[in-house]
Amino acid sequence: MKVDISKLLQKKKKQILEQWMNNQLADESLREDLMSNDELRIQSEELLNALVTSVNNRNIDDAQSPDFDTTIEILSGISISRARQGYSPKETGIYVFSLKDAILQTLQEEIKTDPVTLYTVSFKVGKLIDSFGVTTFETFIKGREEVILRQTDEIAEISTPVIRVWDGILALPIIGTLDSARTQVVMENLLQQIVDSGSSIAILDISGVPAVDSLVAQHLIKTVSATRLMGAECIISGIRPEIAQTVVHLGIDLSNIVTKASLASALRYAFTMLQLEVRKTAKEKNSL
Amino acid sequence: MDRIPILRMGNFLLVTIQVDLYDRLALNLESDLVQMVSKTGARGVLIDISALSIVDSFMGRIIGNIGSMSKIMDAETVVVGMQPAVAITLIELGLELKGVSTALNVEKGMELLRSKIGSFEDFEEEEHDDHRPE
Amino acid sequence: MIIVLSKDTLVIQKEQDVVPFRNRIKEYAVKIGMGLVNQTKLITAASELVRNMLRYGGGGTTIIEVVSKGRENGIRLTFQDKGPGIKDIQQAMKDGFSTGKSLGLGLPGARRLVNEFDIKSVVGKGTTVIVTKWKNG
Repeated sequence: MKVDISKLLQKKKKQILEQWMNNQLADESLREDLMSNDELRIQSEELLNALVTSVNNRNIDDAQSPDFDTTIEILSGISISRARQGYSPKETGIYVFSLKDAILQTLQEEIKTDPVTLYTVSFKVGKLIDSFGVTTFETFIKGREEVILRQTDEIAEISTPVIRVWDGILALPIIGTLDSARTQVVMENLLQQIVDSGSSIAILDISGVPAVDSLVAQHLIKTVSATRLMGAECIISGIRPEIAQTVVHLGIDLSNIVTKASLASALRYAFTMLQLEVRKTAKEKNSL
Repeated sequence: MDRIPILRMGNFLLVTIQVDLYDRLALNLESDLVQMVSKTGARGVLIDISALSIVDSFMGRIIGNIGSMSKIMDAETVVVGMQPAVAITLIELGLELKGVSTALNVEKGMELLRSKIGSFEDFEEEEHDDHRPE
Repeated sequence: MIIVLSKDTLVIQKEQDVVPFRNRIKEYAVKIGMGLVNQTKLITAASELVRNMLRYGGGGTTIIEVVSKGRENGIRLTFQDKGPGIKDIQQAMKDGFSTGKSLGLGLPGARRLVNEFDIKSVVGKGTTVIVTKWKNG
């Protein structure tokens, strides 16, 4: 190869950057809502710098070369942060591939006279950046996966709040489907709260559970039994008419469990168990 | 041979299991407790298992046995302080300990025992009992 | 693909060996960051299986392994005895079946407490039970 790719790129870095920025700004997929043009320029310059300083005639064929570690690192950082910011993979892909266009345009101007060299160099540069593009997708997906995992954890945490409704009475509204993993989290949370607060009654409100099949019922029964083993009583409230229908149609036996239609009636029942009474204050004053 | 100490408090027997159980130890506890119930005429047995990190089917059975044996000797048994993880595991194992009364802690367990035995004694001394709710 | 990260062998001959065995499992479970409930389930299952080994197999060898499959870490336990073996494994795995005077919850209960359960038995040669509990299983 007659051209020293490293020197050439070093020399034309500024031009490539300008070209690249123009390409990006001209593209309709530009997301000014997610990143300002200045930020984009800084990010692009950093990536180009890393690429230009590491590439040379020897390693241009080998995208796995350790010389490119910094470049790939920067690229991964960019694509992960883009995944979190809400860029689509296509947008991130176009970002990387528009760099290829910019470099190729520059090469074309520089090596006008020698079509064979131009072809070889272009081909190699193209291949190198393509492989970078693939890396971007990989890290992009990894970034998204992390987001999903974090959200899964958060949902599990958020969806099982244990509320202390009264001294000695806990309530746990369940929203969403109860599968065995969920049940485990619900049970653990509830039982731990029972110990921590010394509550002897727990109300499990299932008005937010879309459907109760025999499996869900089994999970509920397990939770109630575990609560009893600890020495507390568990009331299930929020049994909607549809749920009552399916439970009976499926032949599920809930007769050993205290069930109430609403949280309010469960609370009333709990008060009775604790020998508490709720009265209007006006009545109290009259009697005094 | 290791033994688990049994304390006497009035007409109650109090057992706090502080060490990890193995089968022989659990069996000894069963026979010791039944002997003690008979010897002292205790009306209530309180077993604190809050320090136990596991209860398997054998120990669960022993706990159930103690309850049933005491029952036919006219003493009530209350198991207190089961750890959440132990409760979840026992349910998964298929052991519900039906027939064993449970309470959250020693204090609540004592209350429960008193109310169980008390209701009976109230009946005995109905004439001169000036019912005071606590 | 399951990779074994560490391996520990313990011989169980008498009842008192059970407590240190349980403690050893707990150590490993804590080391890989297993949650309290899963720890308790694993140790309870181990307790059931080691009792069977003592009662029907006259003791035997246990292996505690830390294993890894993909992103998941877990504990694998092996219980090996040279006892009389189990004639009808399907029957032995049923709730409430027991040749001894127990509740018959040992084997089926242990299976419910772990993620993977494998039992092999040859009459006259002995029984091997291998169970795995994943950290988040």
